[in-house]
Amino acid sequence: MSEMTFNLRVWRQANSESSGRLVDYTAERISEHMSFLEMLDIVNDKIILEGDDPIAYDFDCREGICGSCGIVINGVPHGPNPGTTSCQLFMRHFKADETITIEPWRAKSFPLIKDLVVDRSSFDRIIATGGYISCNTGAAPEANNTPIPKDIADEAFDAAACIGCGACVAACKNASAVLFVGAKLQHLALMPQGQAERDRRALRMVDQMEAEGFGACSNEGECEAVCPKEISTKHIARLNRDYMRAAVKQALRP
Amino acid sequence: MILDGQVPGGPIADKWSKHKSDMSLVNPANRRKYDVIVVGTGLAGASAAASLGEMGYNVKAFTILDSPRRAHSIAAQGGINAAKNYKNDGDSVHRLFYDTVKGGDYRARESNVHRLAELSVNIIDQAAAQGVPFAREYGGMLDNRSFGGAQVSRTFYARGQTGQQLLIGAYQAMMRQVDSGQVKLFTRREMLDLVVVDGKARGIIARNLLNGELEHYAAHAVLLCTGGYGNVYFLSTNAGNSNVSAGWRCAKRGALFANPCYTQIHPTCIPESGEYQAKLTLMSESLRNDGRVWVPQKDGDNRPPELIPENERDFFLERKYPSFGNLVPRDVASRNVKEACDAGRGVGLTGRAVYLDFADSVRRLGSDVIADRYGNLFDMYYKITNENPYEVPMKIYPAIHYTMGGTWVDYHLMSSVPGLFVLGEANFSDHGANRLGASALMQGLADGYFVIPATLPNYLANETFGDAPTHSDPFKEARNSVQSRIETLSMINGSRTVLEFHRELGGIMWNQVGMARNEAGLKDALVKVRELREQYWQDVKVVGHTEDLNKQLEFGLRVADYMEFSELLIRDALARRESCGGHFREEYQTEEGEAKRDDENFSYVAAWETHGNDREPELHKEQLSFENVEVKMRSYK
Repeated sequence: MSEMTFNLRVWRQANSESSGRLVDYTAERISEHMSFLEMLDIVNDKIILEGDDPIAYDFDCREGICGSCGIVINGVPHGPNPGTTSCQLFMRHFKADETITIEPWRAKSFPLIKDLVVDRSSFDRIIATGGYISCNTGAAPEANNTPIPKDIADEAFDAAACIGCGACVAACKNASAVLFVGAKLQHLALMPQGQAERDRRALRMVDQMEAEGFGACSNEGECEAVCPKEISTKHIARLNRDYMRAAVKQALRP
Repeated sequence: MILDGQVPGGPIADKWSKHKSDMSLVNPANRRKYDVIVVGTGLAGASAAASLGEMGYNVKAFTILDSPRRAHSIAAQGGINAAKNYKNDGDSVHRLFYDTVKGGDYRARESNVHRLAELSVNIIDQAAAQGVPFAREYGGMLDNRSFGGAQVSRTFYARGQTGQQLLIGAYQAMMRQVDSGQVKLFTRREMLDLVVVDGKARGIIARNLLNGELEHYAAHAVLLCTGGYGNVYFLSTNAGNSNVSAGWRCAKRGALFANPCYTQIHPTCIPESGEYQAKLTLMSESLRNDGRVWVPQKDGDNRPPELIPENERDFFLERKYPSFGNLVPRDVASRNVKEACDAGRGVGLTGRAVYLDFADSVRRLGSDVIADRYGNLFDMYYKITNENPYEVPMKIYPAIHYTMGGTWVDYHLMSSVPGLFVLGEANFSDHGANRLGASALMQGLADGYFVIPATLPNYLANETFGDAPTHSDPFKEARNSVQSRIETLSMINGSRTVLEFHRELGGIMWNQVGMARNEAGLKDALVKVRELREQYWQDVKVVGHTEDLNKQLEFGLRVADYMEFSELLIRDALARRESCGGHFREEYQTEEGEAKRDDENFSYVAAWETHGNDREPELHKEQLSFENVEVKMRSYK
């Protein structure tokens, strides 16, 4: 098995108050079958044995579904492969001796914690304001009482596939979260169960998104391009429509 | 200690419904006087926190991750079982109960399993009402598929991401309670000790992973929903942060730990590619619906698979188990895969793999149908291996996936420490010695949505609670013990990293306490892990500050606990001189190489009481009785 060497430039920042900088590391004896994070593990083991603080980064499942990892690789959130999280990116996609720049998500609403670790709790707060169908445990009717056509269920699934990683925000020059919010609104708005709270949900989630300081959408489509689950920007158009409709209805309410 | 499972009397089909009417309640106005700590926000934790919040209890929910939505339940792929009988193929609550008891190789508590089967139907209703986008038929009705160990189609699914969708449903329900103030969410917090006051679980010590602060939290009950211990093997399908520390710390505070040797090895994982590897990736069992498992008939046949004609292939599962074929339970499939590879008929670079071939199904159904069923799994496989499973067969090999053992609990899910309840994979209760596919999601959600909301009030209503302020002595004592462990670990400054030690521990466990175990190997492993533990406390190097975000320290503490816990697992494997489910002792097998149980001597739950690292743990037995299923040799032929 051939082994490769890479020159890494990694963003190091001790905490939110200190200033950060790119630090050079060499990743040696890297196999093409290694994942990007396994490559970082090797670099970290070396850093530790030299007595320095290893590079901090978030990860968990390492199979592309938990949404923990999120690294800007050569300027692109989650790196060069479309539809891929950082943990599912393999070193075979890089050329030996390449220089790889590794940075955190950068967005006002994702404050930096340390090195590549950022605070994405703003996403949870948005969900808390309305990203659900209110149905207390025990109150559910028999499941097949509400038939849902297969194409609608499939479309709702496509929107629900979001892993909440935040790449869409990191890729957007305005740090907008409309793809994340739009996907959740559409997942629930497509379902018959989701109709009762549809207006309230749109109003509250969009208001919270703005309160968290996420920017506005200027239709660049960068979010869809980096989304590891390839969630479509059509949800953004629907978000606008749902929000407008709900806002007008609210304004006209006697 | 006499282990009483607190199983209610009466016929099995009525136990739960009757007991629910018999248990004490807490009236709605009084619920706000009770605080409940929920540790872990996977399916069990999130569903419990949401449900208890809805009822009016004050819930504090803790996760080690940055968001509750990332808990490892999210990675479950294939589906969730429910006895809806939507396929009209003869399914029933009794049949799901029977399949689960049999699948668990008659080592589960009958009453718990029956309750699980009863609740399975409510889970589907609840999830559908939350908007979980389950797979549908063209008429709009819910679709089902088959899974291992069953002859009916009862598995509900959402493409290959069922765990994700169910978890997001539970997470969203919990976040609704966060919004209403009933649930207070604590992210990036790791429970490092249980606080016991006057014999009752009354709080936890949690490390704030952002700044290293040790925080004290008090409550009237603690719910442990912290998942399994598969990472004791280093390489497993578990997430990187999954760990046994919360459960192990509770064991050290008196909670018995049951059946640690029941570990499940999942047959269909992507084989290991090198030493650097950090985890193994599961390919859902659902693939065995349409994929055929085979190896070349000839040893060392290294022709590419497409050049091996059909009559020179050995479809060994279909050959040996004609009635279940490729859908035999996980333990049976895994052992047969290992056997084929041990016999030199394995494929791939290392010879530690077999084929899972979709060519017949693609021909029969077309690649569109296959893509609709398994698209995301095929994509994931392609990303990891660079091989396209639509064209060449997948290569798979077993890996540690799920752990049936866990903290011992009674029928109410309460451990031997009053007030400490344990839900989901973290408890031992429902799967016996082997879990059937699509039953983990079912159990996590049954425990959280339906069991604990009924049993916790019964505990709260019948107990009197003294004050347990967070500055009281039991909290200080627990905090000091955590503090000193952290300081000791961070001051060793040895020469090997946590990762190196963990990998070495995993190697011992996998090779000697893995798919096949024997007395000599287990005894040797016991010596080795003890030596390794001693080396660990002398030579590990954990850098960085303790009062900072320090992932090395987090992992260092978890691996330290694995070093202790592995010893208990090995002891349990040694003591269980029989083969059952995921526990295969080479000394106890039939002539055909199948697991040979010893019901006369081992039909019990092994619940271990720990006495510190220097004294041997003590075994307590809960005898199992089977009144509703006939105990027989498990056969899938």
